[in-house]
Amino acid sequence: MRQGLLASPQARERLAFWLLRIALAIVLFPVLFILAYMVMRGAPGLTWEFLTAVPRSGMRAGGIFPAIIGTVYLVIGMLLVALPLGVFAAIYLSEYAHPSRWTRVIRLAIVNLAGVPSVVYGLFGLGFFVMFLRLGTSIAAGALTLAIMSLPIIITATEEALRSVPASFRQVAYSLGATRWQMVRTAVLPYALPGILTGAILGVSRAAGETAPILFTVAAFYLPRLPQSIFDPAMTLPYHLYVLATQIPNVPARVTYGTALVLVGLVILLNLAAIIIRAHFRRTRQW
Amino acid sequence: MVTPPKLHIEQLSIRFGDLVALHAVSLAIHAREIIGVIGPANSGKTSFLRAINRMNELHPAYQRTGTIALDGEEIHAMRDVAALRRRVGMVFALPVPLPMSIAQNVLYAPQLVRRLARSAAEAIVERSLTAASLWEEVKDRLHDSAMKLSGGQQQRLCIARTLALEPEVILFDEPCSGLDPISTAKVEEAMVQLKQHYTLVLVTNNTKQAARVADRTALFLMGELIECDDTKRLFTAPRDARTEAYISGRFG
Amino acid sequence: MEILVRISGFASILFVALIFLFLIKEGIRLFGTVTPWAFLSGRSWYPISTPPQFGALPLIIGSLYVTLGALVIAVPLSLASAFYIAEVARGARKELLKSTIELLAAIPSVVIGFIGMTVLAPWVRQLFHLPTGLTALTGAMTLAFMAAPTIISITEDAITAVPRAYREGALALGATRWQTMYRILLPAAAPGIVAAVMLGIGRVIGETMAVMMVTGNASVIPTSLLQPVRTLTATIAAEMGETVRGSDHYYALFAIGIVLFVITFIVNWCADFFLHRERR
Repeated sequence: MRQGLLASPQARERLAFWLLRIALAIVLFPVLFILAYMVMRGAPGLTWEFLTAVPRSGMRAGGIFPAIIGTVYLVIGMLLVALPLGVFAAIYLSEYAHPSRWTRVIRLAIVNLAGVPSVVYGLFGLGFFVMFLRLGTSIAAGALTLAIMSLPIIITATEEALRSVPASFRQVAYSLGATRWQMVRTAVLPYALPGILTGAILGVSRAAGETAPILFTVAAFYLPRLPQSIFDPAMTLPYHLYVLATQIPNVPARVTYGTALVLVGLVILLNLAAIIIRAHFRRTRQW
Repeated sequence: MVTPPKLHIEQLSIRFGDLVALHAVSLAIHAREIIGVIGPANSGKTSFLRAINRMNELHPAYQRTGTIALDGEEIHAMRDVAALRRRVGMVFALPVPLPMSIAQNVLYAPQLVRRLARSAAEAIVERSLTAASLWEEVKDRLHDSAMKLSGGQQQRLCIARTLALEPEVILFDEPCSGLDPISTAKVEEAMVQLKQHYTLVLVTNNTKQAARVADRTALFLMGELIECDDTKRLFTAPRDARTEAYISGRFG
Repeated sequence: MEILVRISGFASILFVALIFLFLIKEGIRLFGTVTPWAFLSGRSWYPISTPPQFGALPLIIGSLYVTLGALVIAVPLSLASAFYIAEVARGARKELLKSTIELLAAIPSVVIGFIGMTVLAPWVRQLFHLPTGLTALTGAMTLAFMAAPTIISITEDAITAVPRAYREGALALGATRWQTMYRILLPAAAPGIVAAVMLGIGRVIGETMAVMMVTGNASVIPTSLLQPVRTLTATIAAEMGETVRGSDHYYALFAIGIVLFVITFIVNWCADFFLHRERR
């Protein structure tokens, strides 16, 4: 008698779809719960003082301003290197190179750069930038390491943006007497900018949140003053959170959760901005 | 002394990889004439046209033998391809306005060459749009987006865009294929006006259009030039049987 | 200008080569004292004892436990979620779900590790009556949540890429949507799904901070999932700060880096291979 319940394909489908929904819920709800929990415990700590003051009494009080500034400096440095390099590399692949063995090797290299574990980037940054190039533990070393790490994101996003520009624009530019670089500069790049911007934002978001690459290349736990040049070490948000959470006893919850909240809030805001920009330009495109 | 024809094409053969697009075509095009190029699909008309401003070279598998001379000078020996394309302009089958204002579209090409003073820029815009028979319709909205124009207006804008460079030759690749009859008439009218100053090469799928507009007409078939003659004579008393068959619509 | 563009094009190759080179440059110096075989199969990792021992096997097994555990949890959940998003969800809800998954993927690993440490680990400890909640299982659960967004979005792409004709053909023959999913779409999207899982593997193996904060960092060969372990990645991150530059310990950590680089190289290359097969 009971087996009639699951006999029909429709019933099986309903059951199956519910199982799928449950799976998705298992994936989503814990994280949403975590975010809510973090807001609950960290929000009390998010005072103006927290965001603008320096830490006191062994990080347990005061603010996280130096960590925020350090992260900002790092990210700016990263962009200054990775954005031009990545955009030009994408222009090369998309507009200059004919598909060949070399372009396949380049693409393989990009895939590999994307897959290198972040801690291995940290090792490389240590061995190459800090030691070999003698940059020392510095913003410069950290920014350069993060730049190489962000390259795949920027190249991929830029290539996609370039490819979305209609081929006819290029034909028109050529037929009007443009050289290849003029064609790229005036008839392609301006229309690929939203996509490039999205890629840059996503790259920034990732770089801001990464700890392992900066562990040995730039991060300092406590600095008496803000970094004065790119050759100074700096405090950064992710590393600060890590140390607060694992190495300092008796930190008030609102300080650690507050730091975590600032970091997550920053990352989520950036990603939301990227999503919104992407959607906006997809809608208002004129071609 | 005999002046060389504006364009002299000699034994031009074109391949794309293994595909032969054009075989041993020789043709002389005279200054300030409209020459129509007709023929069915895949007859090599577009490959022929795009050889004249070296646009075929954008295709990775392009191979060419034969010569093309512009005012007696071999175009493939010219080092600056961009300069050639400024002398030989092109209008494509589908209008491609760039997503900018009407004025910016017209000024696109001249600004690649040098910075323009405001008065010079305005003069170029008015001159080019007038020559393309579009000035009256858009003179009050030059800063509106070009995407808002109708199809026929966009195509005339594309003509104005090439005219901004004051080329010597203008190549038309089936320019009215996407347009309604009224817009087509306006474009054809513009072409006839342009003949006074420019040399026009018009590739068209529409034999009636060639009959209306062209001074001479050439028939291409399967990559070969079959016949080229004064338009009236080609259409009323063609010399080749294939020409006769194509014109009377027995194949297409 | 064109020269700049061309040089940038080849920059990625340069960087991969550079990374590999520098890893080798330092890592290889370990093999003067310890043979590669002893390194990979040695059962004791005691870098600060005298004499120091550099057997990486506990670390390799630690990584393995955590990775496999994470996959066991993540793959079924991710595939199910991907099918739901691709085939059952519609319109605004679908877009919302996709954006949420994208945001999930963006959460920094140190934050996830922090939450894992403060919320998940005590819960695991209570549940299984363990001395500590920092175990391989905790690590696997945490990493499953980090791998899931990657696997979900690539699988979703693969499912969406299956041509409409397949679906319509099945439905026209009277199949339900569910039957279409598991009989037609799943096999058709299989290469893409394999690629997604491999990229998930890559992400898990390479994960450092979250793992460091929740797995307990005991560099011994574990006998069950409920024990603390140490992964390859966490070892480098945890010990580099304490080594003397130029010591054997320093070189040993670079040697671990080489192992990681090679593993992720292979995994990502395979994933890329499957992605391209699927596109054809």
